Amino acid sequence: MMEESEVLFGIYCPPHPQPLLSPDASPGYAKLRQAFETCRERIEQSDADLIIVYSTTWPSIIGHQIQAHPEPEWTHVDDDFHYLGSMPYKFRMDVDFAECLRDSAKDRGLHSRTIAYEGFPIDTGSVVALKLLNPDNRIPACIVSSNMYANRSETIVLGKSIRDALSKQKKKAVVVVVSSLSNRMFTEHIDPVEDRIHSPKDDEWNRKILEFFADGRLEDLSQLSREIHGQIRVQKVVAYKPAWWMAATMGQHNNYDGEVLAYEALHGSGGAVVTLTPSSGSVGDKEFDEDDVEYYHGDRDVLNKGML
Amino acid sequence: MPKGEIVLGCLAPHPPHVVYAENPEQNEPVSEGGWETLRWGYNRLARKLKSIDYDALVIFTPHWQTYIGTHFLGLPEFKSKSVDPVFPNIFRYNYDIKVDVDLAEKMREKASEHGIITKMMRNQDFRVDYGTITSCHMLNPDWDKPIVTISSNRNAHYYSAEVMNEQAAALGRACAEAIEESGKKVVMISSHSLSHRHFVTESPLPEDMSREHIYNHSQYVWDMKLVDLMRNGKMRELIDILPEFTEQTIAETEAGGLTWMMSAMGFPEYSAEIYGYQSVIGTGNLVAAWDPNGVTREIVL
Repeated sequence: MMEESEVLFGIYCPPHPQPLLSPDASPGYAKLRQAFETCRERIEQSDADLIIVYSTTWPSIIGHQIQAHPEPEWTHVDDDFHYLGSMPYKFRMDVDFAECLRDSAKDRGLHSRTIAYEGFPIDTGSVVALKLLNPDNRIPACIVSSNMYANRSETIVLGKSIRDALSKQKKKAVVVVVSSLSNRMFTEHIDPVEDRIHSPKDDEWNRKILEFFADGRLEDLSQLSREIHGQIRVQKVVAYKPAWWMAATMGQHNNYDGEVLAYEALHGSGGAVVTLTPSSGSVGDKEFDEDDVEYYHGDRDVLNKGML
Repeated sequence: MPKGEIVLGCLAPHPPHVVYAENPEQNEPVSEGGWETLRWGYNRLARKLKSIDYDALVIFTPHWQTYIGTHFLGLPEFKSKSVDPVFPNIFRYNYDIKVDVDLAEKMREKASEHGIITKMMRNQDFRVDYGTITSCHMLNPDWDKPIVTISSNRNAHYYSAEVMNEQAAALGRACAEAIEESGKKVVMISSHSLSHRHFVTESPLPEDMSREHIYNHSQYVWDMKLVDLMRNGKMRELIDILPEFTEQTIAETEAGGLTWMMSAMGFPEYSAEIYGYQSVIGTGNLVAAWDPNGVTREIVL
């Protein structure tokens, strides 16, 4: 089913609104903003047909939702950082691709649907990413949700569905994962100038992850995902899924040129802007010990088996 | 000025399905009904509210999630459209909400005095969450009373369900003090389901009741355990076991609403009024109320 697809490069970036709304509030936020600018320029210089966004701040329950309104428009306000200001937006979506992705996901056993409603609340992470990376809507976008119950197999199959859809439509894409590294914020209001990573442990783990990114070892990060979740992710959802999604969407290997453009604290959480560009070289010193998965079979119905 | 008081506490779940099923003019999608056990219970509780003299509804909502303290709506009016991010096919509701800002500020002040991190939300573009809208619509479809919305600080995510219980109880005590000093009569609303495991697929017709049932039996057994404790007026015991219930049923009590309300009401030792229990897309939902007035308190179901 899956053919070689054209992912030009990938971007990993944080969901917090500070780089968009208050970049001058601290030197760290300014560096993150500059890193977003660098990515924007690279997207403009590429011949991408499409930007695909996977946002950890768009949770879904009913399968995998895909934004398919041609021009979603609203003014968004963040739940925590509402005092930083409003985020008016008007984006351009690739509806044909959204529908193709929905069908591709269904072909691989996923429950999937497109969303096209006036006023639908596009999440903070997607708004921040698209406003900074594609401010003039030069390239159409596609946003996919992060199902709160999905685990590894479902997320990897979702990534493969995206490759299927790219192949079917013969489109070249930049893929964007919107996620923190460590995601524990300070629970009180702070002076942005004094912002720092919440704990040395979070900082050490973040830097280790960034070493992997810099070496282009995306599949290794995917394999380490459960460990990362246990160590530095607040347990809001069942798993740390961004590395699974990004690795599956970009081809499940370690052959990338990685570049860490910025790594700064965002109210205590780890915010990094990273690019990964497919290359021919490989750094792979881990044994991949979890099965690959091509098709999602749904719940295993274990509760109804083995009953006395 | 006479002391203010809590005149009723309501457990009011907010699956948008119940608003969808009611077909109010504010909601764009149209349904053929559904979830009657829950809705008819809500309708009866709404009629009781009409017979009670009160000044404001104060609601604690799991769908305004904050990690940096507890936030309060801090502007007098919010008018916009709420589209459910999870179920946009059934909930696109045009709202026009009045806020009792004085009471909200009083609660924020008291909470701050109790050591709780707080923030007033004064951005006019802010969209009120669908939990607030669903619970308030079902309890007061005329929207003729102002509300106070309190965000849910996610202590259960950052620490544990036990810490959530402690912090929510402290917030409840602070809000009770604020109500007393305000001189107002207040209805409290804890907006959430009990067990909270969803099905991840949806039938073509969402209101097809032949497809609706609890996610699994263990969720149901836990939900009934809580209903029994409510019937028997054992709210202190219920709150004590809430961390275990929350963990085992991934319950929406993790947000702290029930603990907040029970703490504010002094952990009632009288029977709750049970209005209805029904699953919605696999989750367990109970409509219940605590009436401090022994004269008007009823055995409903």
